[in-house]
Amino acid sequence: MENLVRHRYWWFTISLLVILPGLYFLLLHPLITTGSFRIGLRPSIDFSGGSLWDLRFPGKLPADVDTNAIVDVFTKNGFEGALVQLSSATLDGKPAAEVLVRTRSLSTTDLNSEINTVFAALKTAFGEVTRERLENVGPTVSQESTRSAVIAVLGASLFILLYLTWAFRQAPHPLRYGVCALVAMLHDVLLVLGVAAILGTFFGLEVDALFLTALLTILSFSVHDTIVVFDRIRENLISQRSGEIFDNIVNHSIVQTLPRSINTQITTLFTLTALLLFGGQSIRNFVAILLIGLISGTYSSIFNAAQLLVVWEHREWQRWFRRDDQPTAVA
Amino acid sequence: MRSRDLYSLLLIAIVAGVALFINFAPSQSFLGRDVRFRLGLDLQGGIQVLLQTTSATVTKDEMQTAAGVIERRINGLGVGETVVQVAGNNRIIVELPGVENPDQAVETLRGTGRLEFIDSQGQYILTGTLVRTTGNPNPAAKLTNTNPVSGTATLTPTVATGPIYQSITDGKDLDTSAVLPSFSQGGTLGGIPAVAFAFKGNSARSLEQFTSANIGKPMCIVLDSTVVSCPRVNAALPNGSGIIETDNTESRDRILNQLKYGALPIPLGVETSRTVSATLGQDSVHTSVTAGIAGLIVVALFMVLFYRLPGFLSALALMIYTAISFAIYRLIPITLTLPGIAGFILSIGLAVDANVLIFARLREEYRRGRDIRTALELGFEESWPAIRDSNASTIITSIVLFLFGNSFGVSIIKGFAITLFLGIVVSLFTAIVVTRTFLRLAAPVFSERNAWLFGIDRRSTPSAEPATTAEAM
Repeated sequence: MENLVRHRYWWFTISLLVILPGLYFLLLHPLITTGSFRIGLRPSIDFSGGSLWDLRFPGKLPADVDTNAIVDVFTKNGFEGALVQLSSATLDGKPAAEVLVRTRSLSTTDLNSEINTVFAALKTAFGEVTRERLENVGPTVSQESTRSAVIAVLGASLFILLYLTWAFRQAPHPLRYGVCALVAMLHDVLLVLGVAAILGTFFGLEVDALFLTALLTILSFSVHDTIVVFDRIRENLISQRSGEIFDNIVNHSIVQTLPRSINTQITTLFTLTALLLFGGQSIRNFVAILLIGLISGTYSSIFNAAQLLVVWEHREWQRWFRRDDQPTAVA
Repeated sequence: MRSRDLYSLLLIAIVAGVALFINFAPSQSFLGRDVRFRLGLDLQGGIQVLLQTTSATVTKDEMQTAAGVIERRINGLGVGETVVQVAGNNRIIVELPGVENPDQAVETLRGTGRLEFIDSQGQYILTGTLVRTTGNPNPAAKLTNTNPVSGTATLTPTVATGPIYQSITDGKDLDTSAVLPSFSQGGTLGGIPAVAFAFKGNSARSLEQFTSANIGKPMCIVLDSTVVSCPRVNAALPNGSGIIETDNTESRDRILNQLKYGALPIPLGVETSRTVSATLGQDSVHTSVTAGIAGLIVVALFMVLFYRLPGFLSALALMIYTAISFAIYRLIPITLTLPGIAGFILSIGLAVDANVLIFARLREEYRRGRDIRTALELGFEESWPAIRDSNASTIITSIVLFLFGNSFGVSIIKGFAITLFLGIVVSLFTAIVVTRTFLRLAAPVFSERNAWLFGIDRRSTPSAEPATTAEAM
């Protein structure tokens, strides 16, 4: 039988290698490039406030639209520092240039005249323009959203820890299961945040409310997978023959649940791929992030969470910095 | 075949039948309930506005009154399925599905109310009727949009037809300080609840002239182009001041508020607004439906190919799951948003996960030498703790998401949390009760020769071997 537990430090190394580049862009890259510390994520207007204008130019191709000219129009009408992003879309079945413009948030009292001025100016400059979407988030709402987001992640983690500790109360050391599941979850959060930081740095990916939803889903699926493996460990522990070592029980449990882990992963991949291919532009980032996170979640539950239980069982950290000991299981 | 399984089958048939009936009900109604799909603003287009007071101290009553004024104005515009609700201490959420012209809609919400007395040509016009007056001959034009509204959007006709009535007074001439609760002079002790009012300037003069010429005839009070009431003129109103008799104190208060606070009682600013065009929403509906169908087909195919007959039965259960979920969305009703649909499609994956767990266990038990029936029961029994615990954690997360999604800025998350939560609950029913019943009924068909049909064999694989210490090192 393949001994997955024996190679646990390899699995941890793989995790680290995948997470570290993301961590660099999340924490160090902004510090190095700008000299001041900030989190390397691009918050969307949901979290930073501002407005997002989704405009389409019927009958024009993206190549026909000059983004600088659009920035000019916005700047002249009181929206300095507008960020313009160009893509192609369809409008009534015909191709049209789509432009996403991010600006400061609109005035709370005088927004109509602001909107109308910009549209009048755009029409003069480019001809026909349609407004597909106009989202405007004020500063107080965006601050509340950010606060809620942090509370949601922490709250969900706390409740999952409590539930797992309770659910595994019959197994020895129930708290360990909760903690290990949370560490595996942290693995997935860091990985996904890292990916978002990399994509944000190079492709301008923004972290919005949908991203947050994806992150929270990943958390719950990661724990979902971990529990299936842990449950098998619990069952095998209870029915174990005397003298069987913990490493083997864990390894055996992982191997037993492997077909299920792979099959569930495959079915979820199918549904997500369908969403990615047909699900439309507006949720594409959301689905891509979910896809990455769910793969990470399955990996972390098999190769991190369960393996960490073994590390904890042997208190291996006591030997990590001693040269004479091999960090493998004790037979 | 045991009778318990037959009862289960009957229950499943009834549940599935009701669900299908709700989904395909010809009149789109079930037991008097409207069971059409409710589409969120991101799917049908429309406007969502969060208004926030700019004044520091606001009472709950003032917020409620403001919300009431806004609601009445919106109703006057004839847009279907609108939402007006007070959020927190100082905010009002307004949702206008199908409306595409945010600037003018917002102006309507925040603008001042317009009170008119009109000459109704001797008629009593029903309360709530949208009328055209010389003061505002085309009330609905406020919301007509440049893009025609698509077929999916529910936008009731906003253009009022009918005669244009002569306005006797101009709203801006109403002296709001003179609008007071009063009692009819003709009443006995306590009297009839009434509202005193007074106009100024030209309106006062024309009202005096009109009433002296039309004693005994009706005259209608119109607020924001909507008829509030049509009282009978009992006597001439000198200097444009008089009282409106009402039926009870409730309607007295309502009319009083409308006259006094036709303009919003508190200043409101637009904190946040989201506008989505109907075409963009329609695109999203098409793509999500395609994605959903594709996802369902691929998952069903995978289950059939990998698990054979049990897989087919679970694919069948998956269809029942879909029917039940849709029926629940329609019945409660749950407003479907793009993230909500994503949540549903994701829960398809979760729905088969329980079956995957069970079938994997069934294979294991069969390889250990159990007969099919025992393997079946053990498969369900032994995979239950894992199914329970994993789904419980997902339920916890969806509840946390729901609570947190209530915060306005991220309200789209709520839709996702609801469909995910319902997905788990319904899938527990279909993946366990439905599939189990189907499999029990199918078990007698099983024999060693058609074992392939069940995707199982007695071939021993390493994963089915119990661990031994010899293997470890």
